[in-house]
Amino acid sequence: MIELAILFAPAFAAAVAGLFQKPLGDRLCMALTTGLVLLAAGLSLYVFADLTWGGGQDRVIAIAPFVDVAGFTSNWSIRIDTLSAVMLVVVTSVSALVHVYSIGYMAQDPHRARFFSFLSLFTFAMLALVTANDFLQMFFGWEGVGLASYLLIGFWYHKPSANDAAIKAFVTNRVGDVGFALGIMACYLAYGTIAFDKLFAAIAANPHAGFHFEFLRAMGIHAALNAPALEVIGVLLFIGAMGKSAQLFLHVWLPDAMEGPTPVSALIHAATMVTAGVFMVCRVSPIYELAPFAAGMITITGAATALFAATVGLAQNDIKRVVAYSTCSQLGYMFFAAGVGAYGVAMFHLFTHAFFKALLFLGAGSVIHGLHHEQDMRQMGAVRRAMPLTWAAMLIGTLALIGFGLPGTSIGFAGFFSKDAAIEAAYAAGASGRFGGQFAFWASIAAAFLTSFYSWRLLFMTFEGKFRGAAHGNGHGHEQVHGHNDHAAHAEAAHAPALAAGAAPAHESPLVMLLPLGVLAFGATFAGMAFAGLFVGAGAPGFWNGALALAHGEAAHGHHEVPVWVVWAPLVVTLVGFVLAFLIYGLRAGVGAWIAKATGPLNAFLVHKWYFDEIYHVVWVNGAKGLGDLLWKGGDKRLIDGLGPHGAVAAMRLGARNLRRAQTGYLYHYSFLMLLAVVAFGAFALWTTGRLGG
Amino acid sequence: MDIGLPHYLAVGAALFTIGVLGLFVNRKNVIILLMSIELVLLAVNINLVAFSAFLHDVAGQVFAMFVLTVAAAEAAVGLAILVTYFRNRGDIAVQDLNLMKG
Repeated sequence: MIELAILFAPAFAAAVAGLFQKPLGDRLCMALTTGLVLLAAGLSLYVFADLTWGGGQDRVIAIAPFVDVAGFTSNWSIRIDTLSAVMLVVVTSVSALVHVYSIGYMAQDPHRARFFSFLSLFTFAMLALVTANDFLQMFFGWEGVGLASYLLIGFWYHKPSANDAAIKAFVTNRVGDVGFALGIMACYLAYGTIAFDKLFAAIAANPHAGFHFEFLRAMGIHAALNAPALEVIGVLLFIGAMGKSAQLFLHVWLPDAMEGPTPVSALIHAATMVTAGVFMVCRVSPIYELAPFAAGMITITGAATALFAATVGLAQNDIKRVVAYSTCSQLGYMFFAAGVGAYGVAMFHLFTHAFFKALLFLGAGSVIHGLHHEQDMRQMGAVRRAMPLTWAAMLIGTLALIGFGLPGTSIGFAGFFSKDAAIEAAYAAGASGRFGGQFAFWASIAAAFLTSFYSWRLLFMTFEGKFRGAAHGNGHGHEQVHGHNDHAAHAEAAHAPALAAGAAPAHESPLVMLLPLGVLAFGATFAGMAFAGLFVGAGAPGFWNGALALAHGEAAHGHHEVPVWVVWAPLVVTLVGFVLAFLIYGLRAGVGAWIAKATGPLNAFLVHKWYFDEIYHVVWVNGAKGLGDLLWKGGDKRLIDGLGPHGAVAAMRLGARNLRRAQTGYLYHYSFLMLLAVVAFGAFALWTTGRLGG
Repeated sequence: MDIGLPHYLAVGAALFTIGVLGLFVNRKNVIILLMSIELVLLAVNINLVAFSAFLHDVAGQVFAMFVLTVAAAEAAVGLAILVTYFRNRGDIAVQDLNLMKG
């Protein structure tokens, strides 16, 4: 009953707010959606607590049959185990806080009811995803969050850039979804079921099932004729996860998704939706435990993404983009942790990351809101004095993101526990010879350094130094909100007299926006300390209770088994990153800009995100356009139309033109023809009656 | 030398051929067309009368009378059309009679 309420409260809120926004009005819609999602968050906390400490049992609550055809069955159901309970808490609590925050952030928007309806719809889809008991329901949720993401990125649909970003996100996700769908089908093909419990039982019973690809023989590839089914399934499912979780090569949509309103970025593109891929990999961890190649692919991709996104984050000037690339990078951490078998660490990092990344995004949103929708950090500075609470929240978020804490003790921000655990797991895996472990370790150390550098760079550029923007905050171009001008004018008037030289013309955000920041800051500070023991420590086997395959990954990882220098390395590189960022961006203004100019090509390479968008544009966009043109002009217009309707018309016209020439209008032509016909018929008659030529 | 049926038929065939050729070789004058039709009908009449005498069947000669009547009526109607046509177009050259051209 409780579980049903968690799942359907947001769905009900989304439907009502979406369908009846006119009669109910904005305020009622906002109250309804926020209230019901808050209710779901409270119930989720109860379910989690009951499962963890209260002796609640893992259970599956059947809702309704979905498909039952020829031996293939799929049911709507709610699966409650530790894994889904953790996700329930993350999704509903972050979503509830984002709902509350949006009341303040979207206060000037005329389409608030639609916005809140979409937020609740997203929450429902994500809940359906994480509570799925088989792949089909998971796929439903998977596509549902994709849809909600599309709707929310394109929420300001009058902006062409927002529409482009929405389409880009949708299309890129489809690429991954192909892999996911094929993976599901491969599961059914190999094991005859897509329900998790039955599937895992079947896998345990027959781990060496194989696929036979006869068509490869014709192509001359004999080595891959018989592929292990689990490797194939693992790789295909991971391709789906890559799309949803923005891993390298399919990451391009995530930074562009920042076109949506900032609360959406916090909810979808930082805390919840993008973690769906990590969640899915952890959910099917029994597969990856038996598929070393697929797991290695996850490790390599995750580590490469962590490093790649961190380098790009160095050079971005849009405050949201920096945070977006940091999300991309942190997702890489989660993936390589899962890849080396430390699924508990991956889930733990997902859990803590949700807090501090939502905090950072909402904090960035607060800055943007306070500066009247200015997003370029080069136009910021000295915001700390105007927005001290936002500054404090961002500072806590940054400390959590870079994983600040004291090794060897249990004191530190949330990221310290999960991130360092991931790095240590990678080292342990590398030491034990697991494929990709070494690479993941060194990439994650480098990424930790870069993370620290760009995070502090963000803080220094935004909050310290002198204000560099135009004094009267004319930066409304980035995030236009209907009717915001009144608000801006009012705010301008309010603090105009107080403006000293170099001070920022900002105003602190309203309480309704600061409150979620406070809750998230609390979580970002203490979530690591409170839950490290359960997620990745001694209590892990009892906590996860079979929801994750903890066969050797957790056992191999442990603080006492890695050398001391490995434990201290993340802290050292983090401090080095801080010092460097302070020297370049904190001490004197203009050093950063000078360095950017001095390293022209390298800087351009990073600013352009390794030219991924440009390459994709040439290869895929232009390629697709070229192919489309070819099929349209060559295939459709020339071949089908040319031979079909247009061809028939042309043939008729040609025939008619030629036939018309026979109609001369001259009597003597007609009469001559008549004569010929008479002769011909006469000859024919004579010939058939045998009187011609004997 | 006896004049027999073949001779009549030969004359009839010759007249018919001349008439038909006159129909489509002639490009000058519509009146010649009418005259050619007359020739064709006369050739038919010769055949009818010749066979009537040859077979001792008077029906052929009766039919020849009908043909003469129809020919006269046709010539009258044709000339009337011709006159009207000339009034309208000022010309009766067959070359220019191509209103039916497609």
